[in-house]
Amino acid sequence: MDPIIEGIIQAVNLILTGDPEVVSITALSLFVSIFGTLIACVWSIPVAVALALRSFHGKRILKGLFNAMIGVPTVALGLYLYLLLSRAGPLGYFQLLYTPYAIMIGQSVLVTPIIVSFATGALESVDPDLRTLARTLGASDLQTYSVVLGEAFWGVVLAIMAAFNRAFAELGVAMMLGGNIRYLTRVLTTAISLETARGEIALSIALSFILLGVVMSLSVAINLARKSSQ
Amino acid sequence: MTLPSRSALSKFQASILIVVVLAGAALAIYGYSLSNQAPPPKTRLIVSTTTSLYETGFLDELKSKFEVKYPNMNVSFISQGTGLAIQTAMRGDADMILVHDPAAELKFLQGGYGVNRKIVAYNFFVIVGPSNDPAGIMGKSPSDALKAIRSAGLNGTAIWVSRGDSSGTYSKEKSLWKAIGLDVQQLRTEKWYLEAGSGMTATLKLANEKRGYTLSDTASYLLNLNNHNIDLVKLVTSGKSLLNVYSAIVDNPKNVNMTKANFDGAMQLIRYLVSDDGQQLFADYGTSKYGNPLFGPYIKLVQSKSDPLGNDPDQLIQWIADYAFFEASECPQQFRYQAEGLYSAQAPVTVLSVCLPPTLEQGKTTHWTQSLKA
Repeated sequence: MDPIIEGIIQAVNLILTGDPEVVSITALSLFVSIFGTLIACVWSIPVAVALALRSFHGKRILKGLFNAMIGVPTVALGLYLYLLLSRAGPLGYFQLLYTPYAIMIGQSVLVTPIIVSFATGALESVDPDLRTLARTLGASDLQTYSVVLGEAFWGVVLAIMAAFNRAFAELGVAMMLGGNIRYLTRVLTTAISLETARGEIALSIALSFILLGVVMSLSVAINLARKSSQ
Repeated sequence: MTLPSRSALSKFQASILIVVVLAGAALAIYGYSLSNQAPPPKTRLIVSTTTSLYETGFLDELKSKFEVKYPNMNVSFISQGTGLAIQTAMRGDADMILVHDPAAELKFLQGGYGVNRKIVAYNFFVIVGPSNDPAGIMGKSPSDALKAIRSAGLNGTAIWVSRGDSSGTYSKEKSLWKAIGLDVQQLRTEKWYLEAGSGMTATLKLANEKRGYTLSDTASYLLNLNNHNIDLVKLVTSGKSLLNVYSAIVDNPKNVNMTKANFDGAMQLIRYLVSDDGQQLFADYGTSKYGNPLFGPYIKLVQSKSDPLGNDPDQLIQWIADYAFFEASECPQQFRYQAEGLYSAQAPVTVLSVCLPPTLEQGKTTHWTQSLKA
């Protein structure tokens, strides 16, 4: 049978029957990528606010750097972090390599430039008069930032979504830092890679449909929320 | 413009809410998936291994059987090419290796990275190709077959697809070309010689698309044939030079990179692999799915003098000794560490008949005589 059709049938089957391995792989993917993205937000959003709303020396260079790093190859990043986290490396003491936390750390580094760049753009597109207005009404720095952030809310959400999609769909970091260990660090992308290598094309296609399904339904959900709030 | 502060704040609260909901959902999902596995405190054992072994699915079965017997162990297999698998262990990121490249294994031992090497299983590489066999290699010896493929290749009628990575399969291929006086560095400049630079399945698929010949391990070939990914046929299947031997080596706990390595766990797995249970696992694997076994169990071969793959056992034992032994031993004395009983389980009769390594001291030779009596 045509592997694509077979894959679709198998995907529907695996999802409907709630195959425990597929469920755990999908859950781990979501867990790792959601937290990886959230961790990245902790430092990326303040950096974006600083880049968009403050003026300081070297700001343009920094912005250019974050823009350039959006396209960093995941395997290259995976390799650097592998050397850092390896037992023989500087952070080897923590024994993080080949655990889900290693993937999480790697993905949070990977998506940082995406959040910073996109969120900076969104914040910069807010009318500068708004800031002046907030200031004249006696708002402090922090209050002003929160006003601008609120105005650029959906832009920032989209930046975070783009970051999540990148984290969720990347392979290099998950493979090199996680090691694709069954039940422990096997996520959707590494599972697809393995099943393709094993020649189980239909299963690969099934897993890729799950991946696409998650990414698409999240995008649709965000768009709906955005529409209904406007 | 309206004053945005109220709506801005509520959006801010909404964003916090979304974050909390997402995080809660992720935690709940992950907690649920963990609760299915009910993990008691376990010792972690990381084994770096070759892709060809992992892709057969054998290691998943080994893991489940081993963990039933030793419930306190949690085995993680990292599947990489043999070259990378060894690198991973050298950095101390794996506790032991399970590979099939004797030359690389010897370097690993000599570098002070590994101890207690044990040959656990074997099978044969196969030369596969299109069914019309343009180079006419069917039934030839491996050397003659490669010569025929090259001359057909130079005529433009045949194509060879090489792994071109750091795998044990690629090492084997290089040694096969070397045996007929050809250097891969030169071959790769020739038009008929393609390098896939990836795993066995990808290489087989490339060979299938290009209607070319390639060298494959039996397991990967059967797997892809069964899945209808390829329609290549086995053309050269036996011969000493196609022998494929799998060994396990434990990290040397005295190596500075490996002080955190789980030596006891690795020894436990290696002892399991050479036990009757472990050997039976090798012997049985693949029979139900492919109709014939994928591996021959080495310890069983030596003990019971029978080969499930159908070769002459005495000749096979000698071939394995010639191919995969160092200093006439599967693991010379100086590379053993706290290996009580591991090497006396079977008597290396064929080895003793050849010669004793000159480095052996008086005290150590008693070990050999004991194993002869055993």
